[in-house]
Amino acid sequence: MAIEKNGVLHVDVLVVGAGPAGLAAAIAAKEDGIDNLLVIEREHNPGGILRQCIHNGFGLHRFKEELTGPEYAQRDIDKAREMGIEIQTDTTVLSVDADHTVTCVSAQHGVQVFSAKAIVLAMGCRERPRGALATPGTRCAGIYSAGTAQKFVNLEGFMPGKRCVILGSGDIGLIMARRMTLQGAKVLACVELMPFSSGLNRNIVQCLNDYDIPLYLSHTVVDIQGKERLTGVTVAKVDENRQPIPGSEIQFDCDTLLLSVGLIPENELSEGAGVKMSPLTSGAEVDDTLQTNIPGIFACGNVLHVHDLVDHVSNESFKAGHAAAAYARGEATEGDTISVVDGDGVRGTVPQRIRKGVNTSVDLMFRPSGVFRKATCIVKCGGVEIARKKAPIFTPGEMAVVTLKPEVVASLNDTVTVEIERGE
Amino acid sequence: MYSDILLIGAGVVGTAVARVLSRYQASLTVLDRGADLAEGASKANSGIVHAGFDAHPGTLKAKFNVEGAKMYPALCEELGVPYSQPGALVIGFTEEDRATLENLVRQAEENDVPGVKLIEREEILAMEPNTNPEVLCALYAPTSGLTSPYEMTFALADHAALNGAKFCLNECVSKVERQDDSLWHVTTQKGEYTAKVLVNCAGVGSAVIHNMISDDELTIINRRGQYYLMDRMNPLPFNMTMFQCPTKMGKGVLVSPTVHGNLLLGPSAEDIPDALDVSTTAEGLALVLGKSRLTWPKAGPRGTITNFSGIRAHEAKGDFVIGAVKGAENAYETVGVESPGLSAAPAIGEMLGNLIAQEQGYAPKAEIVPAPVRPKPFHAMTTQERAEAVKADPLNGNLVCRCEVVTEAEIRAAIRRPVGATTIDGVKRRTRAGMGRCQGGFCSPRVAEIISEELGIPMTEVTKCGGESRLLTGTIAQALTKEAE
Repeated sequence: MAIEKNGVLHVDVLVVGAGPAGLAAAIAAKEDGIDNLLVIEREHNPGGILRQCIHNGFGLHRFKEELTGPEYAQRDIDKAREMGIEIQTDTTVLSVDADHTVTCVSAQHGVQVFSAKAIVLAMGCRERPRGALATPGTRCAGIYSAGTAQKFVNLEGFMPGKRCVILGSGDIGLIMARRMTLQGAKVLACVELMPFSSGLNRNIVQCLNDYDIPLYLSHTVVDIQGKERLTGVTVAKVDENRQPIPGSEIQFDCDTLLLSVGLIPENELSEGAGVKMSPLTSGAEVDDTLQTNIPGIFACGNVLHVHDLVDHVSNESFKAGHAAAAYARGEATEGDTISVVDGDGVRGTVPQRIRKGVNTSVDLMFRPSGVFRKATCIVKCGGVEIARKKAPIFTPGEMAVVTLKPEVVASLNDTVTVEIERGE
Repeated sequence: MYSDILLIGAGVVGTAVARVLSRYQASLTVLDRGADLAEGASKANSGIVHAGFDAHPGTLKAKFNVEGAKMYPALCEELGVPYSQPGALVIGFTEEDRATLENLVRQAEENDVPGVKLIEREEILAMEPNTNPEVLCALYAPTSGLTSPYEMTFALADHAALNGAKFCLNECVSKVERQDDSLWHVTTQKGEYTAKVLVNCAGVGSAVIHNMISDDELTIINRRGQYYLMDRMNPLPFNMTMFQCPTKMGKGVLVSPTVHGNLLLGPSAEDIPDALDVSTTAEGLALVLGKSRLTWPKAGPRGTITNFSGIRAHEAKGDFVIGAVKGAENAYETVGVESPGLSAAPAIGEMLGNLIAQEQGYAPKAEIVPAPVRPKPFHAMTTQERAEAVKADPLNGNLVCRCEVVTEAEIRAAIRRPVGATTIDGVKRRTRAGMGRCQGGFCSPRVAEIISEELGIPMTEVTKCGGESRLLTGTIAQALTKEAE
């Protein structure tokens, strides 16, 4: 329990967000003996976005089982409850300051000011809205981000439409293509600007192909029609510069347009605290303990970089939780770090820094910048190869992970570069 | 339904006139075709309170702009509408531009606009370092201001309503005629309204109404302007409103902060046949971005959170038409109120409202209800003020819109205002819930629930902006039953 002193509540570790990242971080901190631990969650229930992901396919790596989103979340929620971790729901964090002050508001407790020895940022991400795409047309009803539609259907029991077009082939869009079909709607097309999907291959197969929903690659929505409710969209093929090709237009009569055009880490609180952000991941720049540039503030999960699988989120967040616990106990290690930079074919490697001379393994995670078949990921230190990983395919829809062994990490002495050597 | 005065059009001009009329002893009904106030040009314009250097001396535009702009600071204070006065620059790049700007400075003097002067490159770049470095000189207008046009409309309407004005929305006027009973008979799709006095403030529809009752024909050209709205940035690239010097090639676009701290680029200017076609086009948006780069070379699509368009009601002769309708008894109008209409609206309201009262012999009411004090928005409060706000109403502890920091209490209050929100867009414009970077992705389902609770309507009847703009097409149960059949 937080200890109150002069109107400020003191905790050892404070976790912002009770989604899969926050829960895993809290569990790890508690395992390490941190009892004065608090998780703040703005929704009424813990579990984060998994609560509305009622499809299966979660947990294959971590639990070797195929769980639904709520089932996956419940395992961590149950574990957190068994361990006696306090989760304060219905509470919104208003600000996080560099001096580790966290200000929250809730109907039950009013405004609360916390001071935490260590903070874990686990706020997740949000969807890119239509406005970010600058798609012209009318501003009628019937245009939703895929996640908003998912919330209406899966949590609230409402149908956002009857005839849908989906723009973007992100995983939530693909999942919603299937969900809308199963709930009786007609999904006319999934339209993707890029020549490849940004979603998992298994979702293309299971959510589009199995339901005969056509996927239009290298296409985009060029016009939106309907004064009050959506009545149609115009789709056109794009050239290699992603510019619409005149004459290639296809007209779809539909009442709903779902957008699955990218996820953005939700870092307003991090930015407010002065956390240094990476323009590549739109998340914090962190070291191998997932510590940001502000000592004692850690970040993990989709707020750090957008993951493909929740299993990866949990694994990453356990590390952040352990590191936050160590920091709260005063075991912080400060010192020089080695930079990790993106090479050819690689975008947004996390972590961006590795502590010098530590004897621990480090997972380098990144998104390939394109589709590369039979390629090899090569990690170099000062020009010398220190790790490599072959894969039949590297694609932006799937997170690539290369693990550096402890003895390799211990001997790092120069900038680390991650690159993809193209195959055939 | 009879009232002494029937006013058509609940935009910023109509509500400004209505507010003044509501101080007199006469019953007043305001009709609008929109599902909400400010659904025409008043919801989609630059939000600039123009200093008054631009309008030609001697025109009604110049007169009302200058008078209106002077009223803004006190009016916004009284009504609780956001206002700031960052000033403006009109930038020029050539000697020809310099001559145009010098003319504008002289015009400013004639219009009695204070403080307007010509400044040179160094001073411009010192004031606004992100300006295109090729700039040569600029007109500086320190009194140029910013406001929220729709919030001004809501506040004017609320105040009028508190003093007895009746607002009837979703009323599209199809016929206006004066019958033998010497009354105006106005037909809408829902029924008939009668009144002794008719006031036409119908914006893009004002010429249509005018031509129903007068032989002296007026023509409104629907001039569409497209805009890009960008996310809040810290710091914003510009503190002032940046206009471009008008040239033979056209008027240019502005790059300006909004009163809420976003950045606005636009507008384009296209004359279109359909007065209600507020769609945006690829060409229009590309033009806005292209022209913006002349002011701000770094302008790009990154950081935009929405695009929209509004339609200015341009009267063919170029000036506002304000006063008694020629050849029609007991009828008044404001036709062709395009830019600087927002700036002019308070002055138009005072002039026309008082003129009508005087000509019709209405006595002032003994008591006028003052404008309600608008509470400070939660997002603008200090931590201490927030703590007190939650103590006063625990629903302030439920944050609904995280991007713009809007609470459940604020959303409920917006629906309960005298002319309250009934739609998702209505809540958005009154509270800013959904105005932020996620554009309602997270909060719109919750806002819909609150509207459903407050108005006592099912979720499936909640609309984005009235009419057929329902958010949902049914329940899952209905969808599956239908599938089974």
